[in-house]
Amino acid sequence: MNTLININNLFLSIIPAEITGLPKMAMIALIYLGIFAVLGLYLVLLERKVAAWFQLRLGPNRVGYHGLLQTMADALKLVSKELTGTVKADKFLYNLAPYFVIITSLMALGIFPFTQKLQAYDLNIGLFFLIAISSIGVIGILLGGWSSNNKFSLIGAMRSGVQTISYELSVGLSLLTMVLLTQSLQLSEIVEVQKNGWLIVQGHIPAIIAFMVFMIAGTAETNRAPFDMVEAESELGAGFHTEYSGMKFAYFFLAEFINMFIIAAIATTVFFGGWLSPFGVTESIPWLGVFWFLAKTFILVFLMMWFRWTFPRLRVDQLLTLEWKYLLPINLVNIVIMAVIVWLNLSIQF
Amino acid sequence: MSTATINNNFKSEEYFINMGPQHPATHGVLRLLLTIDGEIIKKVEPDLGYIHRSIEKMCEKDSYQQIVHLTDRMDYLSSHINNEAVCLCVENALQLEIPERVKVIRTILDELTRISSHCLWWGVMGMDVGALTTYFYGFRDREMINDIFEETCGARLTMNYNIPGGLMQDIHPNFVKRVKEFIAHFKTKIPEYNRLLTGNVIFQKRTIGVGLLTKEDAISYGASGPVGRASGYSCDVRKHHPYSALDRVDFKEALATEGDSFARYRVRIQEMWESISIIEQLIDNIPEGDFKVPTNAVIKLPKGEYYQKVETARGELGVYIISTGTKNPYRVKFRSPGLSNLSLLNHIAVGGKIGDLVATMATIDIVVPDIDR
Repeated sequence: MNTLININNLFLSIIPAEITGLPKMAMIALIYLGIFAVLGLYLVLLERKVAAWFQLRLGPNRVGYHGLLQTMADALKLVSKELTGTVKADKFLYNLAPYFVIITSLMALGIFPFTQKLQAYDLNIGLFFLIAISSIGVIGILLGGWSSNNKFSLIGAMRSGVQTISYELSVGLSLLTMVLLTQSLQLSEIVEVQKNGWLIVQGHIPAIIAFMVFMIAGTAETNRAPFDMVEAESELGAGFHTEYSGMKFAYFFLAEFINMFIIAAIATTVFFGGWLSPFGVTESIPWLGVFWFLAKTFILVFLMMWFRWTFPRLRVDQLLTLEWKYLLPINLVNIVIMAVIVWLNLSIQF
Repeated sequence: MSTATINNNFKSEEYFINMGPQHPATHGVLRLLLTIDGEIIKKVEPDLGYIHRSIEKMCEKDSYQQIVHLTDRMDYLSSHINNEAVCLCVENALQLEIPERVKVIRTILDELTRISSHCLWWGVMGMDVGALTTYFYGFRDREMINDIFEETCGARLTMNYNIPGGLMQDIHPNFVKRVKEFIAHFKTKIPEYNRLLTGNVIFQKRTIGVGLLTKEDAISYGASGPVGRASGYSCDVRKHHPYSALDRVDFKEALATEGDSFARYRVRIQEMWESISIIEQLIDNIPEGDFKVPTNAVIKLPKGEYYQKVETARGELGVYIISTGTKNPYRVKFRSPGLSNLSLLNHIAVGGKIGDLVATMATIDIVVPDIDR
C-alpha cells in the first residue's frame, strides 16, 4: 500500500501520529470532501461573476459581500428541495447515476500535487489513472439520460457518449505527447522534471500544439460550451439531467464544475509546471506552491469560461468532424514530432 | 454480408418528440411535433393555437379607435408598425389628409421599432445557436430605443401611439436629441455585433448552407420580409408600395440570393443599417405642424372593402377591413407575416439535425402571438 499510495508529509503533520491506517485515510477523505464542496461552490460563483462581466451585468451581489455567499444559499436550497422523479424511470439506475459522476470527479481531485507536500495519493501511473477515471464519469451521464425515460434526456446522453468517447482520444494522445518528454506518468515526477523549465517551454512547438489540442478536447470532455451538446438548452431543454431535481441535480452540476477544474489542473501540472513558481522566484517558500498551482489553474479555468461565454455551440456532426478529421490527425503527427525532438535532444532546458 | 442485409438487420426506427409548448427555443408557446430519425429531422408539424385570443373576432365589436389597441398584442415587437397599419387603412378609407409632421414621425418610429425588433432577434439568434452573451448585447441597445418610446408615448412595448388621424400627442422635446444619440451609439455597435457573432467560424458553420429556401419556394409559400428577401425575392412593401414618409427617403432594399440561414441573418443586419440611414434622413427635418387631424368621435367607414399593407420587422402585414357603414367593422382580417413564414419551416428544416432546426427557426424570427392572433 505504501509504495502505491504515498500520503505526503503535510497530512502527517495535521493528523496526529497515533491515528493510522483506515481512520487516517478517512480523515484525509473528509478534508478532500470539504475542499471539493468549497471549490465546486465557488467555481459556480466564479462562473456567474465571469458571465456577468462578459454580459454587461453585475452578477450575484446581494447575499454576502459582493454575493460571496450566493452559492452557499443555492446549495442550502438544493439540499432542502424535494427529490422528484418520473414514474416510469428505472429507479435503481436513476438514483445511481449521479454518484458515478460525482465520485469519479472526487477521486480525480485527490491525485493532484497542490504542492510538493500536499497530495492525497501519488500513483506511479497518475496520468493514466486520470484518463481512466474521467471516462467512468460518462457512464453516469449515459445512465442518467437513459434511465430518466425522457427522449430529450436520451438524446443528450447519447450525444454525451459519442462526444466523450471521441474526445478522450485527443485528451489521451496530447498528454501522451508530453509523457514522451517527462518519461514518467507519475504526477509528482512530471512536476519535478519541470524544474528545468516548464514543459510547454521544454517541448516548444509540439508542446504548444499539444496544449491547444488538450484545451479543446478538455473543454469537450467536460461538456462545456462550445461543446455543450449534452445539455444544449436551446435544443434539448436541460439534456441528460432534465428529470433530476434537488441534490441529485446538484451532483451533476457540481461535478461539471469540478471536472472543469480538473482539466485545468491537468494542464497546469503537465504544461505549466504545477506548483513550481515562474523562474523559481519563491523556491525558498515551498507552501507558496499552493498559490502558484491555484493561480495557474484558475487562469486556465477563466480561459474555459471565456470560451463558454463567447462562442456559439457546434452541431453534433461538426463536433465529430472536428475530432476525427482535424484534432486526431494533428495529434498523431504531433506525437511523432515530439518523439523526434526527444530522440535528437532538441528540447529547451535551462 | 451485403449492405442491404445489414441495413435490414439494424433497422432504425423513427420516433416522435414534442418540442414545446414550453421549450426554450420556441420563443413563446409554439408546439412543434417532430418526427426524428436519430438526430435527423424527418417531419416538423407546427401546432398552433396555444395563445389564440380571437383578436379578429374582437375587432368586429370594437370601434376603429379601439382596434388599434388590439394590434399591439399581435406582433408585440413591431407594435408601432401594427398600429400604423390599421390607422393607415382607416385614414385611406376616410380620405383624410394627414399632416407631413405625422408621416415623418411615424416613419422614424417605424424604423426605430424595426431596429429594436432586430436587436432582440439578434440576441435570441445568438442564444439559439448557443452564444448566450449576444442576448445581453442586443438588449442593451434595445433598451435605449425603449427609453425613447417611453418618453414619447409612455409605453415601452405596446405603444398605441397612433390613432386614426395622426398621433395621440406630440413628440417629447427631447425626442430628436435622444434619437440622434441612439443612432451615434448604435453605429458603433453593429460592427461589435459582427465581431462577436457574424465573423465567428462556428456560427458561420452552423448557418451557411442550412435551411435552404429557393426564390420559387419563397414566393409559393408567401414568404415576406427578411425571409423572402434572403432568397432573392424583392418583397419590401416600403419599396414597392411606399406609405407615410417612405416615398421621400432613399434606401436600399436588403437582398441576398443564397436563401440559407446566414443570408437571412445578413439581410437583417443590413436592414438595421438601412433603418439607421432612413432615420438620419428624416430626423433633422421633421416639419412643423399639427400632430393630428380632427376626426369624428365615432368613426364610420363608408361601405366597402379596404386593404392596407405595411412592412413590419417580420414581413408584410396586411389589414383587410370590410365595412357596412356602421361604427364597427363587419369583418377584419390580418395577414400576418409570421404565419406564412412559419409554414415553410417543415420545407426547409427536414433533413437537418435538431440543432439546425433551432438555428433555422431563429432566422425565421417568429413571434407566436402574431401567428395565433
